[in-house]
Formats: sequence, C-alpha cells, structure tokens
Amino acid sequence: MDHDDLLGAYRRLRLLREFEERTRVEFQTGQIAGFTHLYAGMEAIAVGVCEHLTDEDRIISTHRGHGHCLAKGCDPAAMMLELWGSTDGLCRGKGGTMHIADFSRGMLGANAVVGAGAPIAVGAALASLMTGGTWVAVSFVGDGGTNIGSVYEAMNLAVVLQLPKIFVIEDNGWGEMTPIANATGNRDLAARAAAMGMPAVAVDGVDFFAVHAAAGEAIARARRGGGPSTLVASAPRFYGHHEGDPQLYRSREEIADLRRREDCLPRFIERVTTEGSLTAAELAAVDADIARIMDDAVAKAKAGPRPVPGDVFDHVYARYR
Amino acid sequence: MTIKSMRDALNEALHHEFERDPLVFLIGEDVGGFEKDGQPVEIGGVFGVSKGLYRKYGRKRVIDTPISEAAIIGAASGAALCGMRPIAEIMFADLTAVCFDQIVNQIAKFRYMFGGQCACPVVIRMTTGGGRNAGAQHSQTFYPIFTSFPGLKIAVPSNAYDAKGLLISAIRDEDPVLFFEPKVLYTEKCEVPDEAYAIPFGEAAMPREGEDVTLVAFGQSVNWAVQAADELRKTRGIRCDVIDPRTPSPLDEETILESVAATGRLVVIDESPPRCGLTADIAALVADKGFRDLKAPIKTVTAPHTPVPQARELERAYLPNPRRIIAAVEEVLA
Ligand SMILES: Cc1ncc(C[n+]2csc(CCOP(=O)(O)OP(=O)(O)O)c2C)c(N)n1
Repeated sequence: MDHDDLLGAYRRLRLLREFEERTRVEFQTGQIAGFTHLYAGMEAIAVGVCEHLTDEDRIISTHRGHGHCLAKGCDPAAMMLELWGSTDGLCRGKGGTMHIADFSRGMLGANAVVGAGAPIAVGAALASLMTGGTWVAVSFVGDGGTNIGSVYEAMNLAVVLQLPKIFVIEDNGWGEMTPIANATGNRDLAARAAAMGMPAVAVDGVDFFAVHAAAGEAIARARRGGGPSTLVASAPRFYGHHEGDPQLYRSREEIADLRRREDCLPRFIERVTTEGSLTAAELAAVDADIARIMDDAVAKAKAGPRPVPGDVFDHVYARYR
Repeated sequence: MTIKSMRDALNEALHHEFERDPLVFLIGEDVGGFEKDGQPVEIGGVFGVSKGLYRKYGRKRVIDTPISEAAIIGAASGAALCGMRPIAEIMFADLTAVCFDQIVNQIAKFRYMFGGQCACPVVIRMTTGGGRNAGAQHSQTFYPIFTSFPGLKIAVPSNAYDAKGLLISAIRDEDPVLFFEPKVLYTEKCEVPDEAYAIPFGEAAMPREGEDVTLVAFGQSVNWAVQAADELRKTRGIRCDVIDPRTPSPLDEETILESVAATGRLVVIDESPPRCGLTADIAALVADKGFRDLKAPIKTVTAPHTPVPQARELERAYLPNPRRIIAAVEEVLA
C-alpha cells in the first residue's frame, strides 16, 4: 500500500469509529429510535475488505451495518439523517439503523434478518457472471449468523456456479448474549466454509493489514473467474449487542481489557508510525477532519426535514395495478 | 393478587408449568444462559421473559440454541411428536419466515395428515407488532397469516392477566399453539393472581360493555379500543362493547355476533395491514352471519397496505390509534 492508500485506510477506520461513538452519544440523548447495533471494535474488517472494492462491486450487510456502509462509501451525513428518520436520510427514514442502503455505492442494504444477506449476494454475483460484469459481491455475516442454514445453501450454490462471491464471516464471539461456544459446534468457521468446497482462511480481524491482504487475494481470485472464497475475521464487539444492552453476561473488566488489547486503531497507528509510512501530524489532521465531518453529520441530522404521514404510502410498488 | 407486568406474568406462567410438568422445556435463542468458569450466567431471554428458569432447571430444560430457527422449530416439533411438551421461542414474529415450512407444512398438518395418530403439542412464543421503531423486518404482526392455517391455534394477549392464563392453557393444550406477545406491552401492568390459572381458548374477553357500538380488536389494538371507548363515553355518552377475542383461532364467534345483534354497529381494529387479515375476517363473519342485525356498514381500522416504516413520525402514522377508532365509531353512528 502506498502513502495515499494508507492515509485513506486510516481515514476510513477513524470515520467508522467516530460514527459509532457519536451514534452512541446521540442514542443516549434519545434522538435515535430503533434497535441500534454498533460496529465499534470491528472496523478493520469492513475497511480491510472494502478498500479493494469499487462502487460497482456489491455488498450486503447485517443488522450491525453502519461500518459496512461507511467502508463502502456511504455519506456519513446521509446515514446520520437516516438514523434520525429524516426524509433526507439514505432511505428517507423508511429504513433506519438496521436497513441503511445506498445502491449508488453498490451497498445493497443492511439486513435485520440474520443470515439473509448471503443468498442475496449470491444473486448479485450471479448477475455479474450472467452479464459479463466485472464486479464481485460480498456478504457479511456474524459468527452467530453462520448457524442459519441458508448461509450454507448460499455457499454451496456459489461453489457450484463458481460465482465471484466472497463470504466474510465476522467472528466477535457473541450472538446477542450467547457466547459462540454455546452455539457453534465446530469453532473452526473457516473449516465449515471450506467443507462447502471453496478456499477459506481465518485472519486476525483486529489487524487491518491481515484482513486487507487476505481479502485482496479472495477478491482478485473472484475477479479473474476463480470462484468464491470465505474470509473469517475475528474482532471484538466493544459495546453491547445493541444500545441499551446492560451486558450482564460479561464483566466491565473484560470489556475494558478488550479495548486495551484488541483495538484495531492503535494497532494500525503503531505499525504505520513505526514503519514511518505516516506521521503523527498526518494522523492528527485526519482525526480533526473526521471530528468535523461527524459534527457536521450530526448537525445536519438534527436539522433534517421530517417525514409527513403521507410518506408512509410511497415506495411500496413501482406501480400498483 | 399483585400488580404485575406482562413480562412477569408470562414468566410466572412458565415457572408454574415447568414445576407442574417435567416434560415441559424451553428452546430458543438466548432463552437460558451459559456456564462461565463453572458459574451459571443467566440470559433469560432478550426480553427477560424466561428469567430464573435457567438457574432453576439448567441447560437440560432451558436450551439455548444457535441462531437456527428452522432447527429450533423442527426440534421442538419432533420432540412433541415423541411426548415432550416443548415451548419454542422465536425472538420476533417476522423471523418465523425463516422456519415457515416447519410451522405450516409440518406442525400444522401432523395430526390430520397422519389420521389422528399423533399429537404435536408445541407452543411457539414470539414477540409481535410495532411501536418500537424496529423497522420493516422486526415490527410485523404475522398472527393473521397463521390464523388462516387449519391445525394451528393462535393466541394474542392484550394484557398481563390474559397473558398468564392463555400461556398456561397453551402449554397444556394438545395442539400446536402460536403465542404472540405484543412487544410494547411487556412493561404494561395489571392485577395478576400469584397462582396458576388457565384461560380457555375460544372465549373472548369484554373489557368494556355498552349498547351502541361493538368494537372488536386484537393484541395491542385492544388498548386503543378501550381508550377510544372511554373517551366516547365520557365526552359523548356513547357506549361501546369492546371485544378482545384473545385467540383469533379458535375464534369466539358467538360473543361477537351476540354483541352485534344488540348494537347493530361494528368497528374492527387491528394493527396489521388490511388485506386478508383479522379485520376482514371478522367483517366477513358478521356480514355472513349477522347481516340482518346491522344498522350501518361495518368499518375497519387497520395499518395501511404498506410495510412498517421506521421513523417515529411514520410508524405513528402507520399504526391505528384511539383518534382513528373514534372517527370510525362516529361514521357507523352517522
Ligand atoms: C433469523 C434471525 N434470527 C434471530 C435474529 C435476532 N438477532 C439479531 S442479531 C442476532 C445475533 C447475531 O449474531 P452474529 O451473527 O454473531 O452477529 P453480531 O451481532 O455478533 O455482529 C440475533 C439472534 C434475527 N435478527 N434474525
């Protein structure tokens, strides 16, 4: 990665983190409605994968979707407006936190039904193959979500059709309040995907560079017609399952410890500054810029136009007759 | 007798039935807990309905599962076919779409298709309905569509007292029961006896009585209907029968028809979309069997034929409310 790529990656990582920190604060003031799941702690996965993608490539996200949206290039202000339920939000207030989409960015939606994205992304990859497209499709799913049967139906179909499809499994060790050990018989998630007949690797999802390298390989393989792959990346979930989750199932120390030891941002910073590829001043300038962008996003969200009751009826069909 | 929330009333029902019948067990996502360093860590359900069960009965009878709805419902039904009394929990009614086959082609059909050889006494508990800005995929009711399937029984409590008695009946029933818990009502309170009691299926409740208009409502809509009835009585002297069928299947047709025979006017209320739903169903019942009693056309108050929108203003506009019910009552009285 050259200097500009590195600076761009840092910018995205910081943006994802700050977006969630701000969302958390604003959620607590009662501004944001709905079940809100924060991506903080897992940023290196979305960014490590999406740095390889263009607007033409398609992704499908999960209930924990803010990070994927931002990594794919969605506008933070338009996303904040959506969290606020404004008509200027990306989905005009119809979707909210769990359903942010931006088709102009190849972001085919966050999805509140666990596991549902994998088969849909197979369809996106199929469309690429059928139309001679150059795009690939990526679905994200959590470790808990890998226990939905249709994820394996999707994997098998992608293998059978040799589709340009990447399955990214985000392993944060929890499905809501249930630890992975209680829910997943074979802890080796890459082996489960490999058993479907495709290359599958597991990487440290806190290490941006590890994710970036492995994703690059899988995406390049898909682009040259080499078929689907699975990438398993493990990273912690810093906050509760959703905002308002009191996290009685893990201790305060455990959470603080995760933040201390497994934070992708300090890891990234340490590496680039030690190598001398980015300077502290450059990073500080990015931080200041992101802080400004987030202030602006929140200000826009607060002042955003509100929906009127009649808006309920828009967008149910293209034409209803 | 004490004041209890619907959450606590349901929790008591589960405790009573676990105590009464060792074949009763609970299976679902996050319903129980796990062991950490040899110590139990209880989850007790994401809405807290099953709290205390894991501590008392352990993983043998309070089974936390992977996120695998089809496997949860399949396992519950298979165990029921072999004599167990499973209670399965699906976190949101919307997610029954992931295990629809297991419910409607399997569980609903076993007794009939196998010539009465077997029973499949499964209870499937789930949260239902809007009001929490949870968006299009976590706010649907789904009880109307399941009501249309013969072989399934459907319960939708509107208050804590009914929730406890109906859940106990559901668990003791020999047939499969889908039990819908309106998620906004978990914290709503009323008087609930401490002991176990069963409310029979197919018997409507009538939280308000009056001779002018019949209101029939389901789930959380019952509360809006009651508010509307109280307001109409206070400000206009209009008296309404408010009927809460409690179990859309089996349906207490008699109570509805008797009320309409007395009032001659009917308004049906539900938060589901209007097509092929419970409001259309009740309107059809009365048009079919009570037409001569009607003094005015039947009115329905429903959500529109749209998905559930997320933003606060939009969901508010989507859901029925007392004001719309009052307007409908005025229309049938005009
Ligand atoms: C089919 C389905 N079942 C259950 C749920 C409720 N639910 C929402 S998120 C979640 C946990 C998902 O865990 P995981 O896939 O590991 O993702 P994470 O939340 O850890 O990012 C559950 C059970 C759902 N939305 N969809």
